[in-house]
Amino acid sequence: MEIVKTLFQFLAAALLAPLLPGVINRVKAFFAGRRGQPLGQLYYDLFKLLLKTPVYSRTTTWVFKAGPIIGVASLVTALALLPFAGRPSFFAFEGDFIFLIYLLGLARFATVLAALDTGSAFEGMGASREMQFAVFAEPAFFLGLAALARVTGQPSLAGMFGALTGDTWRTAAPVLALLTASFFIVLLAENSRVPADDPNTHLELTMIHEAMVLDHSGPDLAFILYGASLKLWLFGALICSTVLPRHTGSWASDSALFLLMMFGVAAGVGIVESVIARLRLTKVPFMLITAFAFSALALIFQMGR
Amino acid sequence: MKVEHLSAFNFASTDLDPSLFLETAASRLAAGGRAVSYFAVPDRAGHRLVLALAFDREGRLEVYSTLFEGPFRALTPSFPQLHLFEREIYEQSGLKPEGHPWLKPIRFNGQGAVPGLADYFTVHGSQVHEVAVGPVHAGVIEPGHFRFQCHGERVFHLEIMLGYQHRGLERKFIGGPDGRSLHYAETLAGDTTIGHAWAYCGAVEALAAVNAPPRAQALRGIMLELERLASHTGDLGALAGDVAFLPTASFCGRLRGELLNMTALVCGNRFGRNMLKPGGVNFDLDFALAKELKLRLENTYRDVENAVSLLWETGSVTDRFEGTGVVPKEVAEGLGLVGPAARASGVGLDTRRNFPAGPYEGFTLGVSGSGDVYSRAYVRWLEIQKSAELVGGWLDALPEGPVAADCGALKPESAAVSLVEGWRGQICHVALTGRDGKFRHYKITDPSFQNWQALAMALRNGEISDFPLCNKSFNLSYCGRDL
Repeated sequence: MEIVKTLFQFLAAALLAPLLPGVINRVKAFFAGRRGQPLGQLYYDLFKLLLKTPVYSRTTTWVFKAGPIIGVASLVTALALLPFAGRPSFFAFEGDFIFLIYLLGLARFATVLAALDTGSAFEGMGASREMQFAVFAEPAFFLGLAALARVTGQPSLAGMFGALTGDTWRTAAPVLALLTASFFIVLLAENSRVPADDPNTHLELTMIHEAMVLDHSGPDLAFILYGASLKLWLFGALICSTVLPRHTGSWASDSALFLLMMFGVAAGVGIVESVIARLRLTKVPFMLITAFAFSALALIFQMGR
Repeated sequence: MKVEHLSAFNFASTDLDPSLFLETAASRLAAGGRAVSYFAVPDRAGHRLVLALAFDREGRLEVYSTLFEGPFRALTPSFPQLHLFEREIYEQSGLKPEGHPWLKPIRFNGQGAVPGLADYFTVHGSQVHEVAVGPVHAGVIEPGHFRFQCHGERVFHLEIMLGYQHRGLERKFIGGPDGRSLHYAETLAGDTTIGHAWAYCGAVEALAAVNAPPRAQALRGIMLELERLASHTGDLGALAGDVAFLPTASFCGRLRGELLNMTALVCGNRFGRNMLKPGGVNFDLDFALAKELKLRLENTYRDVENAVSLLWETGSVTDRFEGTGVVPKEVAEGLGLVGPAARASGVGLDTRRNFPAGPYEGFTLGVSGSGDVYSRAYVRWLEIQKSAELVGGWLDALPEGPVAADCGALKPESAAVSLVEGWRGQICHVALTGRDGKFRHYKITDPSFQNWQALAMALRNGEISDFPLCNKSFNLSYCGRDL
């Protein structure tokens, strides 16, 4: 019975992830006084793209075609590691959070290689920026997860979030609050949201993530967009599980609460995007260094506890 | 020869001996003259070079001309503001400015020329890379080619290559004025319809020795300032959009529409087409319409104020604007920049103040700035305030009388210089008539012509990712430059 539930959780995450960008867009539209695009716009887009025939430049090789597939495959695997509403995940093992970071790294690596394979100046610029920011984002994220492992004394993601309860917040509130802040900053940067990147821009020279995927089309682009929504879900889920370690005991109410919280995080991203401008490109590392400092502080607090 | 702004003068009397011409040009430019127009007119076996200079502080115009049959000495090395003018002369007449540092086509309108196909300035080095953008862009904008020489994110040099929009407009005026001339002027740069139409009307009225009645002048002023209000509001919104600041971006987009609709309320077209005609205007305001306009202006202005003030109050926005794309004052003066871009660099030049005509007598506008994106945005806000005040004032006290005078035949063998402060800056039209009283030559200088160079300078040693923001802070016209 338990396996059916985890399977169900996994499917729910995989199916609901494209809803998050929709929520963000609706929140932004609300702040701008517009009606906004339909909540399920990304589903339509994915469906449309999957039916299209991809176009490949003659200068590209198999690396370019492999990029989106490896990217989406890594993220689907990462999703399987992810606990849902404090419930265990598909497969959990000791130190799986390191594996999760490597999976995200693999997805990035594949995307960057595919971008470089095109030989376009824009894609090269995007790849260079992506790698530069990853250098700052990854340590912040890694250190954050390590601190969480210390707080709960559990070496696996499922264990960490399973062991996290309301009591942990009572005893280690500063640590968890710092981690939440750090994860949120990393979420913004890793998912190319304002203030690190502007998901709405059509200007190649300012893009980061978008610039890397300019040459992809059809199903390849669908994989990339879907992968991006999974990534957003993944970071959102980590934040929700940290902030809301409620276990009512009932699977249904836990899940419902978790989903509500996920949409809350998406709305939070939408609000951030609605009220502040994008950072100058050279200042994004400072933001990520702040996230790193939060994670490091959390770890230090935890060690001293 | 000293000439009056907006009045016809005998073209033959501007003639100088070729060597004296170059000497005079150099000494007058060194004395603070700014070239508003410099072009070649076919004359007998050769070409006649015509240089129109403005002395902004004194509000004085001077025009010199001379006949050349072969190459002439380039003045660009000493006076960079002639850079594009001399390239244009070479392209259009074949007279070679000898010693010009970068003599390549600017519009590719010669026989067999392919737009964009030319040598580009390049920087060499193992880590230097070249980024080419356009002429096909990702957004719905005009075509232009931008070539960056970069080191990482840093831009060493940007070369802007335009000419894709060349339509041969100046040639179309020759033999006019006819039924089409005015409409060519109106559509020369679509978002500056009133500005160019007014400059054209000013030139024709000067040559016909007609004065537009005061009521027509005030109505023209209202339309020109509405055009400025709409464009500046739209631009501030677009600047906010470029730094992903949603509130101002969304509101200004809508408010620009409100302002354009006010123009449509008067003449039926959102861009003011068919409003002006030589001698006056085509549409009058009755009392009710004036009241309605005033009401709408007040409401829209209040909204614009709210939306725009967010820009200056939001730290993340000012941080992005300040220090980005700096054009120092010396550069602005050296390149002869005009309009808000020049005023943002601290150059106190505004046609409405330096060459006041019609309703602008007594116009005052003191602007200065640090030459960055912030200044260019802030100057626009200052101008929005001023324009709203002007329009409000004119609507309250419209002069009585007719809205148009009869505009007769043009004086033969004459010339006139017409300057108008369009929302991008100074528009210069120079009209020359032949023996038959028809246009022998018509020269248009859109503010974008000079100001595109400022964009290239703004990017120097800046970040390549700041290009869209800098570009929007100038928001120049491609078709107005390519003509």
